[in-house]
Amino acid sequence: MTEKIITKKEVEYVAKLAKLEFNEREKEEFTSQLNSILDYFKKLNKLDTERVEPTAYVISMPNLLNEDEVKPSLPQEEVLSNSKYVKKGYFKVPKIM
Amino acid sequence: MTLNQLTAHEAINLIKKKRITAYEIMQDIFNQIDKVDNLIKAFLVINREEALIQAKEIDKKVKNGEKLPPLAGVAVAIKDIIATRGTETTCGSKILKGFIPPYNATVINRLREAGAIIIGKTNMDEFAMGSSTENSAFGPTYNPWDLERVPGGSSGGSTAAVAADETFVALGTDTGGSIRQPASLCGMVGLKPTYGRVSRYGLVAYASSLDQIGPITKDVTDCALVMKVISGHDNMDSTSVNLEVPDYLKSCQEGIKDLKIGVPKEYFIEGIDPEVKGALDKALKIFEKLGAKIEEASLPHTEYSLPTYYLIATAEASSNLARYDGVQYGYRAEEYEDLSSMYQKTRSEGFGSEVKRRIMLGTYALSSGYYDAYYLKAQKVRTLIKEDFDKVFSKYDILITPTSPTPAFKLNEKVSDPLTMYLSDIFTIPINLAGIPAISINCGYSKSNLPIGLQIIGKHFSEETILRAAFNFEQNNSVEKKKPSIKPVKHKGAKK
Amino acid sequence: MKKEVVIGLEIHVQLMTKAKMFCHCSTDYIGKEPNTNTCPVCLGLPGSLPVLNKKVLEFAIRTAVALNCEINQVSIFHRKNYFYPDLPKAYQISQYDIPLGINGYMEISLPESKEKHRIGITRVHTEEDAGKLVHEGDIASSSYSLVDYNRCGIPLVEIVTEPDFRSPEEARIFLVKLRSIVQYLGVCDGNMDEGSMRCDANISLKDTKTGALGTKAEIKNMNSFKAVKKALQFEVDRQKKLLTEGEKIIQETRHWDESKNVTVSMRSKEEAHDYRYFPEPDLLPLKVDLKMTDEIRKNLPELPEARRERIIKKYKIPEYDAEILTSSKALGDYYEKAVSSYSNSKVLSNWIMGDLIRYLNESKLKIEDSPISPEKLVRMLKLIDEGIVSGKMAKGIFEKMFKTGKDASQIVKESGIAQITDEDELFKVVDRVIKENPGSVEDFNKGKEKALHYLVGRVMRYTKGRAKPDFVFDTIKQRINK
Repeated sequence: MTEKIITKKEVEYVAKLAKLEFNEREKEEFTSQLNSILDYFKKLNKLDTERVEPTAYVISMPNLLNEDEVKPSLPQEEVLSNSKYVKKGYFKVPKIM
Repeated sequence: MTLNQLTAHEAINLIKKKRITAYEIMQDIFNQIDKVDNLIKAFLVINREEALIQAKEIDKKVKNGEKLPPLAGVAVAIKDIIATRGTETTCGSKILKGFIPPYNATVINRLREAGAIIIGKTNMDEFAMGSSTENSAFGPTYNPWDLERVPGGSSGGSTAAVAADETFVALGTDTGGSIRQPASLCGMVGLKPTYGRVSRYGLVAYASSLDQIGPITKDVTDCALVMKVISGHDNMDSTSVNLEVPDYLKSCQEGIKDLKIGVPKEYFIEGIDPEVKGALDKALKIFEKLGAKIEEASLPHTEYSLPTYYLIATAEASSNLARYDGVQYGYRAEEYEDLSSMYQKTRSEGFGSEVKRRIMLGTYALSSGYYDAYYLKAQKVRTLIKEDFDKVFSKYDILITPTSPTPAFKLNEKVSDPLTMYLSDIFTIPINLAGIPAISINCGYSKSNLPIGLQIIGKHFSEETILRAAFNFEQNNSVEKKKPSIKPVKHKGAKK
Repeated sequence: MKKEVVIGLEIHVQLMTKAKMFCHCSTDYIGKEPNTNTCPVCLGLPGSLPVLNKKVLEFAIRTAVALNCEINQVSIFHRKNYFYPDLPKAYQISQYDIPLGINGYMEISLPESKEKHRIGITRVHTEEDAGKLVHEGDIASSSYSLVDYNRCGIPLVEIVTEPDFRSPEEARIFLVKLRSIVQYLGVCDGNMDEGSMRCDANISLKDTKTGALGTKAEIKNMNSFKAVKKALQFEVDRQKKLLTEGEKIIQETRHWDESKNVTVSMRSKEEAHDYRYFPEPDLLPLKVDLKMTDEIRKNLPELPEARRERIIKKYKIPEYDAEILTSSKALGDYYEKAVSSYSNSKVLSNWIMGDLIRYLNESKLKIEDSPISPEKLVRMLKLIDEGIVSGKMAKGIFEKMFKTGKDASQIVKESGIAQITDEDELFKVVDRVIKENPGSVEDFNKGKEKALHYLVGRVMRYTKGRAKPDFVFDTIKQRINK
């Protein structure tokens, strides 16, 4: 039996960070699925990477820099066209709290 | 034979010679779509009127004796993860249903400039997360070779459309194998370019350091043609490389005598279908016959690729998908108490379970206290995997492996166990981690008439070499090329 | 229990490039209709990608160099992940553990003691700005917020200081100097009220006996340099009181309430943020070679301190004057423009530091918008030198110039107040006064000086002050003796 790497409480914390919510059944399912996945990932610990540099970028190139010039912005109607929650040119969202 | 059964280069030739019109081609294309797509379900959106108008414009150019752009009249289907202005782009997700981008991806502009006719958007695993197209919010796509089986994923719709002659050519995307694996399962040609070869501007991001757009075609010549058009530097993408685009078509024509081929032993493990192994062995003999030198090679860190990939890809995805919150576009929950609950309900209702699973995994891997153990560790192992390839390419010109451990599997077979599903990508994933190019081509068929794919891997920016190897093999393959029969079979337990 | 104040600042400056940080939208967003200054990139639409504006890099390096930082030859962009409606990608592209500039410093001069205090600059980095949330009517009663993305993607430079400030006044002095530096560099206009310069602070009290550091409170929402000083002073008092009463300081974020002059705890709204920083995969590492840095260092515009030294030397004005005149680049420019065509540098300085600045402050105008240009001021001063108007009259003329924007000579002509320099005209008036006031004339002849003053007064009255006083004195004496 795999010992728990991630607890249900941690799953709840991660869900909060990711702005996701789950019912009890889903939480159980996720906890068990994530545990088997993380257990499989344990094999990475077999490798000694003490002196290895991480690869954050797989290509190396001189920086792409753009000219400081202004080009036309999108018209307001196009910007707002994908939402029905708009008012006076703004996007409407529920208040923070 | 109907015009939709041609390859792109055949169609271009016939248009140039005025033997057929682009309009006639479009008619046959749409006839085929009407005939088979209710069985295959490759398409989410079909742009019929627009396509016919563009076809007429090409025909006008032909009539006026104007010089034709390189893909004039070629029908192209686009995976629904690539932004198309004025046309819905959903990424196979409920959370983007109804989203109409106000701009085109760079590759779309390049295809349009080249005279290609975009006929529609294709189905896919939600946000490119999956290996079977069963994770689409809009239902699965079915493999034209056996409608009870998956076409592969995540570019299942694009690949099935090409395989079923519903289009000449399609664009897919590949983050861990999503072009090559479906190409293998559907008997098509699928190429994942070197990272940075093709612009990602307009490609809805899944894993930014791994994603690439690539062509899915009926043969290698078509692949080279499309690559020439879509490749090249883009100053809207800071990760696109400023290197000249070679004439891929021309380089195909040369032979492969003395080509040094490495066959990594770690790819011939248990769990690989014996028919797949058999087809590979047969194919390797053909390469030998053509003058290539074949040797066993080793990529010692292969077994670590899967966890490395899933930590890096999910981490980047958890950040890339955080913008889907219902504020500016897409799905927004109807009932909520405040902003925080709106975010939570929108995302929980809008995303499918595989997407949620990967977001959770990725968020965890980046979270405080776990970053070093997971994300950073994975980046370090990525270096080791990349170095494996660097070492091997100092000795060999290309590597050959199977693309997928098995031919197409049945619907619902792997969907309930995520880890099993992840394992179908073990041969394709390391390539994305290293950022190198690879192509999948058909090398044979199983006893149940299912395609088997062969993967050719090259070092950075060696698309010419892998295309050349693929072309030579294709021209000399002893196995006869077949077409799928698209037999209607009752779908038991298919997901909706 | 002796306590020492320990303050650190975090300042954000908006860069004055033409285009935004990662796209080509304009940076001129103030006053625009909502969501009219955006594009797929700064809106964070699916599929969009950032490309760095080269001017942003140049301005950021300029700032870091002017603050004496070491420039990292390779620095990385990071994603700072959190959810908020004004952040369309749900992450901000910023810099984290490898910023552009580190280990810098700025020296400030304490006014009374004149001693110099070196403030360490921990880091200088670039990042993009977020959008704005507005509320209809009352923020408390409204059930929704409105989002405007026009400001998204505006380039910012973040400057973090070491906790080297020992008083709120020091923090204020630093901010004033920093503002003038960024103005002189041409990278930012330094308007705290328009939001182009923002400041957060952290403050704690250190036990001087044991050296034990206190718990920090983070202070936000200070919208002017004055507010920074007031808020920090309030905090010093608040923390001292708590400690004296044996209470603990809680580590928290507090907002400055300008209307109530207090800091308010935001603890209830605070959530521990796990920003999950990781290197931004869409932007390659920023390479800044020594050649580029040297080039920028060589071509740095003259900084306020250097300008101050130079004008003291060149125009021989006192340090106090030079300090004020170079406090903003625009004011320094004004002075140098004026003094280039007028030799009496001190007189000029007096008029600018006195009357001009007073009127500008009263009308809430910036020096750049002064109705009296340097040329107009100089022309007025020349009128005084030529005796056409007296120094006293000039004050009134100056006020009219400021209110109407008209030239001095025009005002003089219109109101007919030119000083009388014509002898004949004055003789006429003096003779008339002498005739009308025989008694005073007699008193003067008897030796009463006061009578003379009375007569001068009568002349001034008739000439409506246009006669030059000395001239009147002499003329009366002359005419009486005749």
